[in-house]
Amino acid sequence: MRTSECDLVIAGVGGQGVLMISDVIGRAAVLAGKPVCGAETHGMAQRGGSVINHTRIGCRYSPLVAAGSADLLVALEPVEGLRFSHFLSREGVALVNTRPVLPVTVTLGQAAYPPLEKLIELLGQRCSNVIAMDASLLAEKAGTSQAMNMVMLGTLSRYIPLPEELILQALYNVLPPRFLYANERAFALGKAEVE
Amino acid sequence: MREYLLGNAAIARGLLEAGVGLAAGYPGTPSSEIIESLVDMKGNMPMHIEWSVNEKAALEVAAGACWAGTRSVATMKHVGLNVAADPFMTLAYLGVGAGLLIISADDPYCHSSQNEQDSRRYAQFAGIPCLDPKNGQEAKEMAAFAFDLSERFDIPVMLRPTTRVSHSRSDVEVLPVPAGEAARQPHVHAGASRFDKDPARRVALPVNARPLHTKLLAKQREIDEALQDAPWNRLRLAGGCCGVIASGLSSLYAEEAIEELGVDLSLLTVGCLPLPSKMVEALLRHVSEVIVIEELEPVVQEQVERIAARVNPAVKILGKGGFIPREGELDGLLVRNAIARMIGMEERAAAACMPPGVLPPRPPALCPGCSHRAAYYAMRKAFGKNAVFPSDIGCYTMAVNMGTVDSCLCMGASITLASGIRFGGEEEPICCSLGDSTFLHGGMTGLLNAAYNRARITVTILDNSTTAMTGHQPHPGTGFTATGEPTVRVSLEELSKALGAGLVETVDPYDIEATVEGFRRAKEFPGLSVVIARQPCVITARKSGKRRRPFRVSAGCKGCGMCVEFGCPAIEFEKERATINELCTGCGVCAQICPSSAIEEVAK
Repeated sequence: MRTSECDLVIAGVGGQGVLMISDVIGRAAVLAGKPVCGAETHGMAQRGGSVINHTRIGCRYSPLVAAGSADLLVALEPVEGLRFSHFLSREGVALVNTRPVLPVTVTLGQAAYPPLEKLIELLGQRCSNVIAMDASLLAEKAGTSQAMNMVMLGTLSRYIPLPEELILQALYNVLPPRFLYANERAFALGKAEVE
Repeated sequence: MREYLLGNAAIARGLLEAGVGLAAGYPGTPSSEIIESLVDMKGNMPMHIEWSVNEKAALEVAAGACWAGTRSVATMKHVGLNVAADPFMTLAYLGVGAGLLIISADDPYCHSSQNEQDSRRYAQFAGIPCLDPKNGQEAKEMAAFAFDLSERFDIPVMLRPTTRVSHSRSDVEVLPVPAGEAARQPHVHAGASRFDKDPARRVALPVNARPLHTKLLAKQREIDEALQDAPWNRLRLAGGCCGVIASGLSSLYAEEAIEELGVDLSLLTVGCLPLPSKMVEALLRHVSEVIVIEELEPVVQEQVERIAARVNPAVKILGKGGFIPREGELDGLLVRNAIARMIGMEERAAAACMPPGVLPPRPPALCPGCSHRAAYYAMRKAFGKNAVFPSDIGCYTMAVNMGTVDSCLCMGASITLASGIRFGGEEEPICCSLGDSTFLHGGMTGLLNAAYNRARITVTILDNSTTAMTGHQPHPGTGFTATGEPTVRVSLEELSKALGAGLVETVDPYDIEATVEGFRRAKEFPGLSVVIARQPCVITARKSGKRRRPFRVSAGCKGCGMCVEFGCPAIEFEKERATINELCTGCGVCAQICPSSAIEEVAK
C-alpha cells in the first residue's frame, strides 16, 4: 500500500541549490493543504561534498524516502544522480542536469569522471525514463547560471502533484524580489523542456 | 496556521510559544539552528539569547536564569553534553526555579560528529525525564510541555531530537507567539524574576546533596506516573499475537511499515522516558511476541524487558541483537523488513548502490581558497613529515589528507594530546592545531596546562574569525554577540600570552613564505610557542563583499603538478597542464607555490 503521494530525491553538490528546490516544493505543498516532509544535508557533509535531499509530498510518515521507492530523482549534477539512483523505483523518472561539476578526487587525478553517455545509460537501467538536459546552459540563457536549480524545478513541476501556481507562489515567498525575474525565466525554460 | 519549518525552527517556535526568557548554546550540528531561529523569530520578546563559550557555560547560564525565575533553555549537540556533564548531573539534585530545558541533539550515523552516543542514557544517568520527538510538530509541542513538567517536578528536562528531526522540514501548526513583556510573566515560577536565596536547594554541600539525592530518587515514581498519559504515548491493541513498540522517529518508520505491509499489529509509540509502563504492561499482556524499534542504545528495550519479567515472562522480545542495529541510522526499509521478518512476511530487497569504482568519490573538502589549506601547507613545510600534528574539531579536520591532521578526539584536545605525546616520550617536533572557536571553547585550559607543565610544543590557532563548520556563528574573538550586538573582542595574542605561551607569532597564511618563517621560529623556540594563522573564512569574506581577482595559469606551466597536489578544488589538471577553474577566490597561494612562476593574477 502506498504511504506517500509522491516521493522525491534531489541530489547535487553543496552550493547548487538542492535545498531551495525542496523548500519551494514543501511550501507549495503546505499551500495546497497537503502533509509534506523532507530531510536535508547540513554541516560537515555539505562542504563541496555530495548533497541529498528527500522530499515526500502527501506523506505523514518519516522524512526519508526508502531505497527503491522514489518516484522522481532530480539530479543537479550527473554523477550525483547516479550516486543516489538506488533510491529510484523501477517505475520512477530521473531528471538530470548534464553539466558535470568535477569532484576534488578527479581534479587531483585520483579518480576518473565517467563519460556522460555512460552515466545516462546506467541511470536508464534503473528507472522508466531519463530526462537529460543542460540545465546550466538554460539558466545562463535565463540570465544567471545560479538559477540552474530553478530550471530543474520548472521541469520537475510537470511531474509532481502540485498546481504550478502554488509552486510559483511559494517561489515568490522565498526569493528576494531582485532575483525573481531570472528565476521565473529559468523556471519557464525548464518547464518547456518537457512540453 | 501551518508552516513548512525546519525541525530546529519548530523547536524554537515552541520555546517562544512557551514564553522562554533565556536561551544559551554552543553551535554543534545538528543543534545550531535552534539558537539562530530564536534570534530570527523573537521579534520584540524580551529575552536573552547567547552563544556561550562552550556547553558547560551555556547550561550554567541557563540554570542561573531559571533560578532567577526565567524559563530557560540550553542547546547543544550530543557530544556537547559531555562538556556540560558536570553541571548536568548535579542540577538534577538542585532542581530548577522556572522551567529548565536541556536540548541535546543526537547524530546517529555520525553525519557530522565524532561519535554517535545516545543522550537518553545521560537522562537516565542523571535521573531526569527525556522527551524523544518523532518530527518537528512533536518537538515543538514537547518544548512547551517540557517547561511545565520541569516546573511541576522541580527538575531539569531533556529534549532529545536526532539529525532527522532537527534537520528535517515538515508542515507544522504554529500558534501566535506571545508578544511583549507581558508574555513572559505568567510563566514565571516564583513570581518576580529574582534569585531567591535557599542554600538547602542551591548549595551542593554534602549535607545538602545527600537529602537532595533521596528527594531526586523519590521523584522518579511521580514523574513516571505523570508521563503515563503524555500525549505522544499511544497504544493501539489489535488482533493477533504480535506487537511493535517504537520510540521517537522510529515510530514513524514503524507506522509506515505497518501501513505498507497492510497488517493489523498492536502498536505502542512512545515519546518519553521513563516509559508509560501501564501501556507497556497492557501490550505485553496482549501479545506473545513484540519487536522494540529505536535508534542507537536499547534504552526502551531494556525497560520493556524489565517490565516483561514482571508481567509476562513468556513474551518474546525482539530488537537489538539481530533485528534492529545498535549503530547507525534506521530507515523505513530496514524497519519494514524487521517487522516483516517477525510476522513471517517476505522482506523487500533494497536497490543496490552503485558499486565502488564506478563513480568518483566526492568527499566534503576545504573550500577553494580556504586559509586552513595554506596554513597546513606552510606548517608541513616548516615542521617536516616526521613531526607530529595533533588536530582538533572543525573544518580543518577535513584536511586529513594533507598529513597535518594526526588526531581528532574532542573539542580542544589537540593541545593536551600534544602535551601528553611530548611527555610520553616523543622526541620529534610537535605542532598541534585548532580553530579560533575551538580554542575559546576548550583549548584555553589546555594551553594553560601546557605552559604550567612546561610542554615543548607549538600550538597553531587557525583563526578564520568565525565558527565556520557549524554555519558561521560569532564567538568572543569576533566582537559580536549571537544577536549581532557589538561586544568585547578578545585578542588571541593577549590571551595566549596571558595563559603562558613563551612565543606568539601571528601570520597571514596567504603569505606562504612569511607563514613558513613564522612556523620555523615557533619550531626552534625552546618552550611553548603559539602561531596564530589569521585570515577570514572565504565564505564570510565573500558574504561581507570582499572580492579578490582570480588567478590563471600562463603558458609557462611545465606540468609539474605541484599546484594540483596543494589540493585546491579550483585547480584542475588536464593534458599535462594545470588550469584554474571558476571556483578560484583569488587567494594567490598557488602562484606562490608554482616553481615556474606560471600562475598569475587575471588582469583587470
